[in-house]
Amino acid sequence: MSRRPYRRAVSTTSWWLARPRYIRYMAREVSCVFIGAYTAVVVVGLVRLSDGAAAWGAFLESLQAPVSVAFHLLALAFALYHTVTWFNVTPKAMPVQFGEAQLPGGVIIGAHYTGWALVSALVLFLAGV
Amino acid sequence: MNERHVDLEILRYDPETDEEPAFQTYRVPCQEDWVVLDAVNYVKDVLDRTLSYRWSCHMAVCGSCGMMINGEPMLSCKAFVRDMPDRIRIEPLANFPIERDLVVVTDDFMDKLASVKPYLIPREEKAIEDGAHVQTPAQLKKFKQYTLCINCTLCYAACPQYAHDQNFTGPAALALAHRYNLDSQDVGRGAREDVVASNAGIWECSFVGACSDVCPHEVDPAGAIQQTKIASTVDYFMGLLTPERDR
Amino acid sequence: MARSNKPIVWSLFAAGGTVAAFITPVMILVTGLAVAVGLLPAEALAYDRMLALVQNPLGKGLVFLAVFLPAWHAAHRLRITAHDFGIRADVAVMAVCYGLAALASVIAAFALFRV
Repeated sequence: MSRRPYRRAVSTTSWWLARPRYIRYMAREVSCVFIGAYTAVVVVGLVRLSDGAAAWGAFLESLQAPVSVAFHLLALAFALYHTVTWFNVTPKAMPVQFGEAQLPGGVIIGAHYTGWALVSALVLFLAGV
Repeated sequence: MNERHVDLEILRYDPETDEEPAFQTYRVPCQEDWVVLDAVNYVKDVLDRTLSYRWSCHMAVCGSCGMMINGEPMLSCKAFVRDMPDRIRIEPLANFPIERDLVVVTDDFMDKLASVKPYLIPREEKAIEDGAHVQTPAQLKKFKQYTLCINCTLCYAACPQYAHDQNFTGPAALALAHRYNLDSQDVGRGAREDVVASNAGIWECSFVGACSDVCPHEVDPAGAIQQTKIASTVDYFMGLLTPERDR
Repeated sequence: MARSNKPIVWSLFAAGGTVAAFITPVMILVTGLAVAVGLLPAEALAYDRMLALVQNPLGKGLVFLAVFLPAWHAAHRLRITAHDFGIRADVAVMAVCYGLAALASVIAAFALFRV
């Protein structure tokens, strides 16, 4: 009997289309493109702010362009997906144990969502809502 | 009892005659309470005695009957036919070389497992007459979950990082390393870290989480790896602050 | 096998991911959408208010962290995502991703220093 183990090829580019959980994973990972791009917009805004009132005004005006609004809507969707996927795995990465009892994962996740709501409310309050 | 006819598409590979694996379909009359392993056993007993596959306990303890069932790594003894469609595709576990039919070569996993020193490394050997090692229920609770691994390798079959880089130490081995690192009787973390905290160890993981999804005993290797990343990061910066520290 | 230096970039990734999870959605909402479509008065992003924010030392620091950490988070994740899409030139990918994050951090620091 001769051995001849057969290794099946796995696509390096389209493997993630095979299962829904891999597609969800890739959507989570791709959120970084939008978080990175939005951060770049903020950096541009900071530069325009440091250039003075006229430059800042022009920057605000450019934010009203439909393409800018569309980008920010898409970025918001991916940013929210990042937030949800990030918070939902916190009990795995940082489990909390008191004596023999494990703090339920829902409590750790809930604490993150509560903090998120408070931070978001604070920013909205400061923005004048 | 009701019989239901199910078509099993089984990936066959005979290294002596086949250039590459190919599917062969068997029509199996299944009972209501059958698991996929029962249907595969029917093929072997009644339809085709040349079929090769591994199984032993039929109760999700031995970890030997893992297969890809409709693309998902599962223990075939834990996968009920009644939950499946009328065509069931059965393949050997992904990401391992196929030895024959549904039998895969797991040598690489065995080597990875040994490389993380999955055994107690005590501070000092204790003579029997000195009595038992003492561990509180709270200390046990810290790592109990990670002792439940049965080495079925479903997690390796689910892991895309292992699929693309066979050097990756992989989920089960890293979870078991974590199990001993968390054990109050163990002082082997430093000895394990050369493998665990290398580029091919925890840092190859991108937290897909598929390993934990498919684990039949809810060991949660993905969680173990993230916890190890945090601990190793703390170690790394402590090491920079105190380079003379005994690691 | 040698222990990895990944903790340097991973700790930035983890810190950045946490910061981004908490603040990026509301920041996008305020700076990119609410004022642009009129949900918030233009006053919210008025020049004087923004200037006051980035001239305040605490505000300056917070704004810098809100740029620096998510930028490094995105850079590190992009490096791994490139690998997941089959791009194997890790050194080049690393140089581009971390380079962009470093550039964004430096420009942000410079702008914040200048105001």
